[in-house]
Amino acid sequence: MTTQVPPDTQTQAPSTASAGNNGQPADDQASLRKDLLRSMLIQRRFEERCAEAYALGKIGGFCHLYIGQEAISAGTMSMLRPDDYVVTSYRDHGQAIARGMSPRSVMAELFGRQDGCSGGKGGSMHLFDKSLNFLGGHGIVGGHVPLAAGVGWAIKYRGGDQVCVCFFGEAAVNIGAFHEALNMASLWKLPCVFIIENNRYGMGTEISRATANEDVTARGAAYRMPGESVDAQDVFAVRDAVGRALHLARTQRQPTLLEMRTYRFMGHSMSDAASGTYRTKEELEENMKRDPILVLREKMHAGGELPDGELKKMDDEAKAIAQDAWDFADKSPEPPLSELWEDVLVDTTS
Amino acid sequence: MPVLTYRDALREALREELIRDDRVFLMGEEVAQYNGAYKVSKGLLDEFGPMRIVDTPITELGFAGVGIGSAMVGLRPIIEFMTWNFALLAIDQVVNAAAKMLYMSGGQFPMPMVFRGPNGSALQLSAQHSQAWESWLAHIPGLKVVTPGTPADAKGLLKSAIRDDNPVVFLEGEMLYNTKGEVPQGDYTIPLGKADLKREGDACTIVAHGKMVLVALQVADALAKEGIAVDVVDLRTVRPIDIEAIATSVRKTNRAVVLEEGWEICGVGAQVVDFIQRECFDDLDSPVLRVHQEDVPMPYAKNLERAAKPDAPKAIAAVKKVMYLA
Amino acid sequence: MATKVVMEALSPTMEEGRLVKWLKNEGDAIKSGEVLAEVETDKAIMELVARGDGVLRKRLANEGDASPVGTILAVIAPAEENIDALIAEAGAAAPAAAAPAAPAESQGEASTPQQEASQPSEGGGAAVAAPPKPPPSASGGDQAGAAQTPPAPSPPSPAPAQPRSGGNGRQRTSPLARRLASDRGIELSLVRGSGPGGRIIKRDIESAVASAAARPKPAAAAAAPAKRIISREGDFQDVPLTQIRKTIARRLSESLGPIPTFYLTAEFDMVRASEMRAAFKELGEEFKVSFNDIVLKAVANALADHPEVNAHWMGDRIRHFNRVHVAMAVAVEEGLITPVIFDADRKSLPDISREARHLAELARNRKLTPEQYTGSTFSVSNLGMLDIEHFTAIINPPESAILAVGAVEDKPVVVDGTISVRQRMRVTMSCDHRVIDGATGARFLQALRRLIENPLLLVL
Repeated sequence: MTTQVPPDTQTQAPSTASAGNNGQPADDQASLRKDLLRSMLIQRRFEERCAEAYALGKIGGFCHLYIGQEAISAGTMSMLRPDDYVVTSYRDHGQAIARGMSPRSVMAELFGRQDGCSGGKGGSMHLFDKSLNFLGGHGIVGGHVPLAAGVGWAIKYRGGDQVCVCFFGEAAVNIGAFHEALNMASLWKLPCVFIIENNRYGMGTEISRATANEDVTARGAAYRMPGESVDAQDVFAVRDAVGRALHLARTQRQPTLLEMRTYRFMGHSMSDAASGTYRTKEELEENMKRDPILVLREKMHAGGELPDGELKKMDDEAKAIAQDAWDFADKSPEPPLSELWEDVLVDTTS
Repeated sequence: MPVLTYRDALREALREELIRDDRVFLMGEEVAQYNGAYKVSKGLLDEFGPMRIVDTPITELGFAGVGIGSAMVGLRPIIEFMTWNFALLAIDQVVNAAAKMLYMSGGQFPMPMVFRGPNGSALQLSAQHSQAWESWLAHIPGLKVVTPGTPADAKGLLKSAIRDDNPVVFLEGEMLYNTKGEVPQGDYTIPLGKADLKREGDACTIVAHGKMVLVALQVADALAKEGIAVDVVDLRTVRPIDIEAIATSVRKTNRAVVLEEGWEICGVGAQVVDFIQRECFDDLDSPVLRVHQEDVPMPYAKNLERAAKPDAPKAIAAVKKVMYLA
Repeated sequence: MATKVVMEALSPTMEEGRLVKWLKNEGDAIKSGEVLAEVETDKAIMELVARGDGVLRKRLANEGDASPVGTILAVIAPAEENIDALIAEAGAAAPAAAAPAAPAESQGEASTPQQEASQPSEGGGAAVAAPPKPPPSASGGDQAGAAQTPPAPSPPSPAPAQPRSGGNGRQRTSPLARRLASDRGIELSLVRGSGPGGRIIKRDIESAVASAAARPKPAAAAAAPAKRIISREGDFQDVPLTQIRKTIARRLSESLGPIPTFYLTAEFDMVRASEMRAAFKELGEEFKVSFNDIVLKAVANALADHPEVNAHWMGDRIRHFNRVHVAMAVAVEEGLITPVIFDADRKSLPDISREARHLAELARNRKLTPEQYTGSTFSVSNLGMLDIEHFTAIINPPESAILAVGAVEDKPVVVDGTISVRQRMRVTMSCDHRVIDGATGARFLQALRRLIENPLLLVL
């Protein structure tokens, strides 16, 4: 079952079909920056309310927040076409919203309500929206990487020029599924972009304790796959690298492995402290100085693009969107018990 | 009606469905250039080309996931595992992705795909290559699990499995590929989830599936010489199980023996017995007995292997026991 | 979790009970199943047991108080739990609303249609089936002293047979065999199982059915076989009323009242029965049997061969029972009560003797449970021990007959043309003419005479 969510605020990250930002007029650039800032603010405020709702027991289960990593989602989605595909892991709220999923339907899903994008049957880790080619939140580390190769396979099978973008954390590069998928994607020339969101911690394990070669882009070399390492707190660095990878995928069906160097400001999930266990408060504070929202804001201030009150206005809008999502989710009914038995199997053959 | 091997019946089903629907493709180890490890896909590469008949690296998890991803966007993959023993490497994809995609996406992403390959023991392949996995897979909501025992069933069930919009686990009997039988020509399909009464009698019900259907038929023949006529209920599909067909037979015969290739604990037969005690309690004249592999890994030595496997003599003894003849 | 102790319906007809004696004090630790008090029902002194664990926190009824069924008598709760609300509720409770918990041993398995019909419709969960309302009969208490009026029995409940199986007393039967036996009226305790460990299986039932079918109709001379297998449906058979039966029932009821009773009297020679008693006595105290025991056993065996007398009038049909449950009237201080010997036709004479003695003692001590004094198919009332030569007893509806037994006395009788003194006993059967016609009753008494005058038949 799918539920129609009433149209609410447009949250999609700005989409520019062109690769990169070269040669665009300056005011276009300015409005793009504003759109990217808005996208990150909405993700941030939305997830802050998620944390609050979790603390109040309105959200259950696991809840992995994306706070600190929003430049990756905002930057990547802004480069995609509507007919491209996105496959991601369980840290998926930010990407879902940046891709254009309604905050209402995402929050309702987190609340386990009927109007959630999966009717309340998926939850935080399993956000899906067929209409946006958003192919899920998947809960097994690295398990979805082959799925992205499969989507790439289907694009090639049909002779299309779409691309499938796949997000996963740096800990997934040690998983067999990652290697099997990269090998096939490169072997068969599948139009995929594999994005490692390297926030340096696999749950509580720092990358140096888990990965023999911390240069994760080197993993691509084993499969003759080009790759680059990106300062992912800078949304434009993200856009540029993604733009190059998309171009390779679209024109030559050449997959790319990108490392997005980032940091998560919250714990691994809501049951994990932000600092004081496996990372120090100092380290966290140091990294928060490069908050992607701050980085972009400073760039815009420097260019005189954020007149007085403008930022506050944008932030108030973001908070209002988050509040609206909360209110909507809170009012949405729990799924009817009959739903328990729905969607186990399709009652059709083709 | 032509007589075909089980292998050729499967190929006929694959070929007809590949022709019928260009979203269908076959992917797996050695399925294309090598013509299939068990020659099921012989000649298909020449006919359909390398995008429809696809050789993969030896990466079961990886290509199972590729199949799932392609099914998410509308293709209809047939993923061949060289044996289900190797498919264990892909169990995460089958169980955690394929079986649950529809549910956790609230109905947005059906999984119109088939995972197929040989299941169960052959001869002297020893511990890692001789296992029957159906009870593992039948345990999972969101999958259908099919176990054809004859060439005709192999064809009719595989065609239905390919057309089904759900993930279907299709377990072929490794020892069945060379068996022969009449196979209906043309567009012959058998609905999933329906058992088949392969023999009729009133003395006892034998429930079997997959390779054990042949054993059950041998048992029926041997007992017929002694004047004992048994029902042989071939489940054909072990998820969902056709409870009504089992109950109808047991209500008539008042006794049952359940055969399966796998181990005893939590086997498919255990579920069948549960259904029987629930549906037919007042019809039973004897406890239901099960015949299955001994509770050990498969040994290599010929005599030990024979002792480990369920077979006709063991099944005959069980039938006589429930009939109070032993 | 607090548990209310309520006045439970400890007899099928009980509407209120009197708390005779508290056996536990406030503050005592209580385990579920422990006896809390003695309660006098309309039939007996019964034990009221705890339905939960805890401490007896509060007793709300005093010894001697009579309370309607459902009244809260006490509260069991953990020592720390606040029970004020419960006590307040007890003060305010409308007892009718509180459905008593079913006694652990409820009446058999399936309730009869009448039982269902008389279940409280508010579905209060009262599992104690009320007995069917007996038709108003001429046997009311206004005929004081004129007759023995045992209490109305509730319909017979399938009492578990005494299995005669080896191994820890539990009979092994396949589910199918159990069902077939029930369908075909085979008494499982009489079937020998041929399956593993003596399990009764389908083929055993089939051969039992075959042997029952093959058994010749008991001729007048045929002794009752030890293996008495009746091949009919279940425990009883309902016979629809024919027009002639309907007419007899209507016309005679108009003439005589709701139960048109007639009386058949016969005098039996008791010489051989007397000899048998003496012989038994010589064998030892444990084999002692009374004349009454012999009568009970003979009645039971005769009834087994005459199901038309072993019958109940059900209003729109007649129910012939395949099992024989004989009630015997026992005089107690306040009146009388009729404990039942279940399956009496299948019990040996010494067994019946022992059981009758035991039941009589329980009755006198008011310790009979409802299961022990309901469910009879036929009743026997004996005033012989009080030197009554001959009397008529009042039918215990819905039964269709009752046998009144007089004293065994020396009498002059003509034997082979000469007068000799012999021990004689007179019996009178009261028959419900709607069910039993004169000739039917007479044939039954003939059969009874044969058994009592040739008592060796009773030990075959």
